[in-house]
Amino acid sequence: MNLAIRDIRYHRGRFILTSIGLGLLLGVVISMGGIYRGLIADALAILHANNADIWVVQQGTNGPFAESSRIPEETRYRIAAVPGVAAVSPVAFQTIQIERNSKPFRFFLIGHDPDSFGGPPSIIAGRNIRQKHYEMVVAKSMKIALGEKIRLGQNDYSVVGISENIVSSGGDPAAYVTLADAQEIQFKKSNHAIRNERAKIGAGVTGNKALSPQQAELLKQSIIATTESTHTVNAVMVKLSPGADLQETQELIQRWNQLRAISDKEQTAILAKGMIEKARMQLGLFRVILLVISAVIISLIIYTSTLDKIRVIATLKLIGSQNRVIVGMILQQSLLMGILAYAIGYLTILLTYEKFPRRIVLEAFDLQSLFVIVMVICTLSSFVGIRKALKVEPAEALGG
Amino acid sequence: MYAIEVDNLTKIYGKGETAVTALRDANFKVRPGELVAILGPSGSGKTTLLTCIGLINEPTHGKVVIDGTTVADEGWQSGIDLKKMRREKLGFIFQAHNLIPFLTAQENVMVALEINGLTRADAKKRAGELLDALNLGHRLNNYPSALSGGESQRVAIARALANRPRVILADEPTAALDTENGKNVMDLLKKLAVENHSAIMVVTHDHRMVENFDRILQVSDGRIAGEVNNGGSQQAGQIASPV
Repeated sequence: MNLAIRDIRYHRGRFILTSIGLGLLLGVVISMGGIYRGLIADALAILHANNADIWVVQQGTNGPFAESSRIPEETRYRIAAVPGVAAVSPVAFQTIQIERNSKPFRFFLIGHDPDSFGGPPSIIAGRNIRQKHYEMVVAKSMKIALGEKIRLGQNDYSVVGISENIVSSGGDPAAYVTLADAQEIQFKKSNHAIRNERAKIGAGVTGNKALSPQQAELLKQSIIATTESTHTVNAVMVKLSPGADLQETQELIQRWNQLRAISDKEQTAILAKGMIEKARMQLGLFRVILLVISAVIISLIIYTSTLDKIRVIATLKLIGSQNRVIVGMILQQSLLMGILAYAIGYLTILLTYEKFPRRIVLEAFDLQSLFVIVMVICTLSSFVGIRKALKVEPAEALGG
Repeated sequence: MYAIEVDNLTKIYGKGETAVTALRDANFKVRPGELVAILGPSGSGKTTLLTCIGLINEPTHGKVVIDGTTVADEGWQSGIDLKKMRREKLGFIFQAHNLIPFLTAQENVMVALEINGLTRADAKKRAGELLDALNLGHRLNNYPSALSGGESQRVAIARALANRPRVILADEPTAALDTENGKNVMDLLKKLAVENHSAIMVVTHDHRMVENFDRILQVSDGRIAGEVNNGGSQQAGQIASPV
């Protein structure tokens, strides 16, 4: 006869309520693991979507995601000529916050060359960008309808396609425009700033007595063209030819001193470890604290439950029950509580994880590991009750 | 052969200056089928005597023999499995019936049988039969909380009888019952003692029930102060002859 099951059956209301409470706590532990995995998945989403072998960024930076990086767009042509390079794609990234439905609305804008790689990973509605200007593909999670117009910088952009969910390392949904549009949004100055800058350049050049008026005008036009140019990118993505040596190609690119060539593996390490390390540690610490709290709660529940059964245990001992029957009863109850609580926690997160503001990624390994940890906690926690039970004297069954 | 033999049984709690002698030089024998009462005021040593015979408390001195097996002789006998002895040779009935609240009446009897190694099917059958014999056939699936005091005590008796013990020890089995139910329980114990050929020792201070016993051991200040045998009185410390 399974005494643990009989006791649970008799006190099922109390057992279920206790398990629900514990389950919600374990649900938080599961969600924290999911948030951590989500942070990594978000951080690496763009990397995985673009599938580049090398990211060429400004020298001395960890760009383009971890740090700001700016390089001239024409760099793409030089890199394309490097032996071992199969394809290049310049990209410009920017986090944008606009007002939408009277609420702040943030997203990550990616400007790419439609004739090269680095665009939206897959279009689930509408089409990809075809025009050079003013078309936009947005992530599904942005909940923007096809045909809707979004004002960015000085222009309106039509949403022509909806892509699968892709987010920035900060968890913001990503939208795609052409590289030219992204450059204009990111680098083009306002009319007022341009007027001020032109006047300042004009005054500086005109004041130079060493130049003739014609020379001054030519110099002024040249300076203005350079300063007003938007032909800057944040990074150039590189795909290698089959059989090309990664390290060798990196070294070749880095011979231009203003560039740094980061391999996809290095970029992954920068994002996964550098950017989210503190968040990871914080979440890990919270998980440990919550597991310790769970252990204390389970111990208290099992101990209290054992105290409630002192007379039962004494009676069992008196009628000759072996210790293993009593130990089994307490241990099984503890484990069953852990299993039920884990199932409740898991189901709670499974049913709600899509409603979390940040992505929750539930990985089988994490879930299995947590289950094993919960079982170990339940086993260890039951020792408190078992210790008490083993100390109960059969004589305690006597008396009124 | 006697079901219980107690020879110079002494129990001292504590040591040195704090030592308390709860029981001193108790001597008696009980035959199978005999119903014996241990009568005495609170603190006289009744329960100590019961726990020493019940293999719960280790006697400090003296000898205890259960169904021909010496279990204690100046302390527990080595090689004696006390739990096994309790399972197989002894049955216990408590003042507060001590039924397991989360088991039904039938399961409460079954648990004693399963602990003793019976299969679930056999345990269920025997538990059903026992409860039926005690007029509780209609209460098999009721939890103790749904049983009356008398019914609960009958279930406890069924549990005590489950393994056909040679000795049944009862601690104030009628204390929580009204007169009528108390009398019914005592009648039942008397009947069972004869039918099952079990020795039954009952600790009680309920003088209303004394007429039911074959013999009464009067305990006072840790000693067996007297013995009443079928209405006749004997001297303190004398070993009673069986009825």
